[in-house]
Amino acid sequence: MGALYDKLRQDIRFVEGLTACLNCGTCTAICPAAEFYNYQPRKLVDILQTRDDEKILELLKGDTIWYCGECMSCVTRCPRNNAPGLLITALRSLSQELGYFVESEKGRQQLAIKRTVGHWILEYGYCLYPSQITPENHPEQGPIWEWEFQNLEKVMERLGANYQKAGPGVLRAIPQEDLDEIKKIFDETGGTARFEKIESFSRQKAEEMGIQLDDGLQNDYIKHIYTAVNKDHTTEP
Amino acid sequence: MKPEGKRLVWNEYQKEIANDNYFYVRSCVRQNFFPGAEKTFLRYMKDMGRNVFENPSHTTCSGIGYHSDIVPFETAMTMVARQFALMSEAGYENFVTSCITSFGLYSEVLETWEHFPAVEEKIRGHLRNATGREFVKPKNLAHASDVTFKLRKDISKAGKYRLINHITGNSIRVVEHIGCHYSRMFPNKGVGGAEYPYVLIGMIDEWGGEVIDYPERRHCCGFGFRQYLVKANRGYSVSSSKKKFDSMKPYKPELILTNCPGCPMFLDRWQYAISEMEGTTYGENGQGIPVMTYEELAGLILGYDPWDLGLQVHQVPVEPLLEKMGIPYDPAKKFLDINGNSMGKPKPPSAMKFY
Repeated sequence: MGALYDKLRQDIRFVEGLTACLNCGTCTAICPAAEFYNYQPRKLVDILQTRDDEKILELLKGDTIWYCGECMSCVTRCPRNNAPGLLITALRSLSQELGYFVESEKGRQQLAIKRTVGHWILEYGYCLYPSQITPENHPEQGPIWEWEFQNLEKVMERLGANYQKAGPGVLRAIPQEDLDEIKKIFDETGGTARFEKIESFSRQKAEEMGIQLDDGLQNDYIKHIYTAVNKDHTTEP
Repeated sequence: MKPEGKRLVWNEYQKEIANDNYFYVRSCVRQNFFPGAEKTFLRYMKDMGRNVFENPSHTTCSGIGYHSDIVPFETAMTMVARQFALMSEAGYENFVTSCITSFGLYSEVLETWEHFPAVEEKIRGHLRNATGREFVKPKNLAHASDVTFKLRKDISKAGKYRLINHITGNSIRVVEHIGCHYSRMFPNKGVGGAEYPYVLIGMIDEWGGEVIDYPERRHCCGFGFRQYLVKANRGYSVSSSKKKFDSMKPYKPELILTNCPGCPMFLDRWQYAISEMEGTTYGENGQGIPVMTYEELAGLILGYDPWDLGLQVHQVPVEPLLEKMGIPYDPAKKFLDINGNSMGKPKPPSAMKFY
């Protein structure tokens, strides 16, 4: 047993998610990620049960662990009560903890998620926030969202929201004392530490790649990780 | 056949759903994209004589951050614990969530604490240190679709319309789509389990519709958290939805009904995107298949005005369904603000019929 495997075992989701895999492939057969990406949950679980640190390191530094959509379809169907989707959550946590996520194209995207969803949680108290969902970044939202975005306050008022106002209701302004509590929870439980790690490892990587990165979203590194597809992720090499 | 045995088997798929006095927590996705759905839920709960309490201090559960792996499990568990504390402090014990991602996370957290009591103690300590709050775990945890399922017969009785084509008399053909995190991880937390979830079927049956079975019925809509949040990954998301549309099209669905906040958005928006990308539409005569939340559909059954429900912010127009059900609507009021003033109109898509 290796040091990385031991670290994974410290995550209760890993303990819960890995019993013994019989390699039946049911998880791969129903996995939406396996249909799109070069990804097989069966293979992933098989690697993990070898407890081979070299192979685990390869996973932590590679794209494979970032292909899963965490829909958890695999959990329902596994005849041995394995949960590949939960194992993915443990692998991704460790990859970020040790800074290996920046070594893959898909892993590097974590900074973009941290600076959007992560920021919105602490700033607004919501995982998503309408004024930040720009039509430019979301063309798939179509002309209806473009129209809503241009008339956000009036549309929200028409639909009965309490947008940015005090009191209960849709998209109410979350009181500052409650946002302060969220921040304290993040400080207390490792959320802030995770954010800082994502930032610091990404900064090092941006420097190594020679791509400009500053504090916001309008910089070359964020644009790069948000849009880049520089390799074929869908077919087996 | 012994009916006792059958009843015993189906007992596994039953779920206890509280009847009144709910502590309600909202959904991030729902509030952004279909705000009228949550307003409608509270409206019919009031009309059905139920007490629902909302504390404005509740926040995101952080579920989207957790499942895109930027938020650690301990942080997410403590965020959940804080929501439970707000419920306990308000004197409630029936917790109802609008969001399926949240419902899955609440279920996962409670199950984890069941298996690892020391983790629950640790999280109690974290919450105490960070906020000074204490909590009691909910006596009953339900998704808002569970509660609507429970009230489906009352809604039907009070209803003005049914899922029936008012000209032909035929039942409207409905595809139901269940959010993955409703019961995939914990089948016993959902009505009907994971393979045969009954929560939406029960509503469709009760309100007069015909449920359509099709091969990819249980396939994910394709949210995949990071697979949608990052632009470079959205091929995953649209491919999953397309797989479902291609699979359901031969069965000629007239409505897609969903219980997850994300799914209706993706199944609505990706129909538009596919029509722009390759000119394909999945409904009749160049139309899309209308996609609805169960709250919106309950609102239609009850005779609420379609524009009060927020159906004007669907990219796939809902008018074909309204016309089939014989529900009156005023096209001139579709894009007006609360004072009746024009807010302009969205541009029409290039391939899909727009109203």
